[in-house]
Amino acid sequence: MNFPDEIKRIRAFWNRFPEQVKRLSIALVIFIVVLIPVRNMLVPPGFGDLGHYRAASLQENSAQNIHYAGRTVCIDCHDDIVSVNKKGYHRDVACETCHGPSAAHVDDPDGNSLRVPRDRGYCPLCHEYISSRPTGFPQIVSASHNPLEPCITCHNPHDPVPPETPKECRACHAEIARTKSVSYHVHVECVRCHDTPEEHKLDPRAVRPSKPMTREFCGGCHSEDAPATNGISRIDMETHEPRYVCWQCHYPHLPEAR
Amino acid sequence: MKSNNDKREKSEQKYGRRTFVKKALFSIASLLVPGFLAARETKQKENAAAILAGGYNPYEHHWGMGIDIGKCIGCGRCVEACKEENNVPREPFFFRTWVERYRVLENGETVVDSPNGAINGFDDKSLDEPVVRSFFVPKLCNHCDNPPCVQVCPVGATFKSPDGVVLVDPSYCIGCRYCIQACPYGARFLHPETRTAEKCTFCYHRITRGLLPACVEACPTQARLFGELHKKANPLQRFLRMNKVAILKPDLNTEPKVFYTNFDMEVS
Repeated sequence: MNFPDEIKRIRAFWNRFPEQVKRLSIALVIFIVVLIPVRNMLVPPGFGDLGHYRAASLQENSAQNIHYAGRTVCIDCHDDIVSVNKKGYHRDVACETCHGPSAAHVDDPDGNSLRVPRDRGYCPLCHEYISSRPTGFPQIVSASHNPLEPCITCHNPHDPVPPETPKECRACHAEIARTKSVSYHVHVECVRCHDTPEEHKLDPRAVRPSKPMTREFCGGCHSEDAPATNGISRIDMETHEPRYVCWQCHYPHLPEAR
Repeated sequence: MKSNNDKREKSEQKYGRRTFVKKALFSIASLLVPGFLAARETKQKENAAAILAGGYNPYEHHWGMGIDIGKCIGCGRCVEACKEENNVPREPFFFRTWVERYRVLENGETVVDSPNGAINGFDDKSLDEPVVRSFFVPKLCNHCDNPPCVQVCPVGATFKSPDGVVLVDPSYCIGCRYCIQACPYGARFLHPETRTAEKCTFCYHRITRGLLPACVEACPTQARLFGELHKKANPLQRFLRMNKVAILKPDLNTEPKVFYTNFDMEVS
């Protein structure tokens, strides 16, 4: 084979094309030769492997740290509380709903303590009366429900049940309890004056608590010779309006009122 | 004459029908088999490339969420949990999930509010007009099967993963906000620090490790449910079987994977 002949033949072949085609084809070749490395450089690795995105992004998205440990881990250490909680009305409320994200606490129980919402503001997030809440969900009006009292004084949040006597009186008799809470009689428990049978809680109208019937009942604290502390106001039972019973003039739930 | 006929018979025998069919079948098979093998190999390679560090294979899952509006008490624990879990900025306009209160008035109007995304719950301040019915609606990214946000992304930084979760690639996002505009549910926002698009990921880092999303974890009334759409035995399937479910804005054909029950016509 003759080498110069070969070149001549290629040149002849090349010259058969019009000038513009020759120029355009050169431009096209340069464009392609440049485009391939530039595209390789710009398109990140893994792009298009799984779809029109970077495949490694899946791994990156799943690499984020966990803050909420999940509802199954608490029982490993706090089995006493979980066993109480499991039987109560709050059995479906996860520990972390109130105590906050606990993954750090699980890793290092001593170094990271969880939040314990003991104040009155937290429980009403769920239990404050809002007309939009579903019917039947237990709700209170916190303005009139034992004001200033933290919820946990009466309710165990791990096993919330209606509270025990005597605190429970105010659940129904809130008006009286509120009045009494600002009176001199604030520390006199309801059952001191009212004998309340247990059945009153189940059937409040059929079984009623007692009421004091005589002046002498009040005299048990307020007569001059009564065995009570000195701060209590005293009267002479003989001379102090002997024809009347005490509550005709004094309202026992707010005795200072006139 | 006879010898000529013999010759023709012979040649006919040589390239007879049987031979033709045989050869044709063989050549078709030899053309197709390498194609099939290659396709299978690429599929396997794809699958293998998708398997995450913990051994999670996105091709084996298809996630969805169920929300029972009748159970939502509007306490906002889901919003709080979401922000804690995903380090969502605390400012009152960045939410991956939020809760809306709908109040339908006597005059037919609907008042919708969501003070700070309901992260501190709601108050019971009444409106001038009497309310005839009212309820809470938790909202989040609907993880559309036909996501408009993915269609508009100019760089391929947001995508539908093989398990159906719509994700953002923050290292590839250019922050152009087309996706925020395109989302009909308002589920996206631009992160103020990274300047990239952000949205609910169904807590992708949790579900790939076998945990529930943080909002589902924190919900005290089980108003939110999470599960698989393509597997029979799981809570979401039961939710879909036992309830009359609805989706948000079905007319947009986005095919959401967040399903609502006890749904009101006013919700959009």
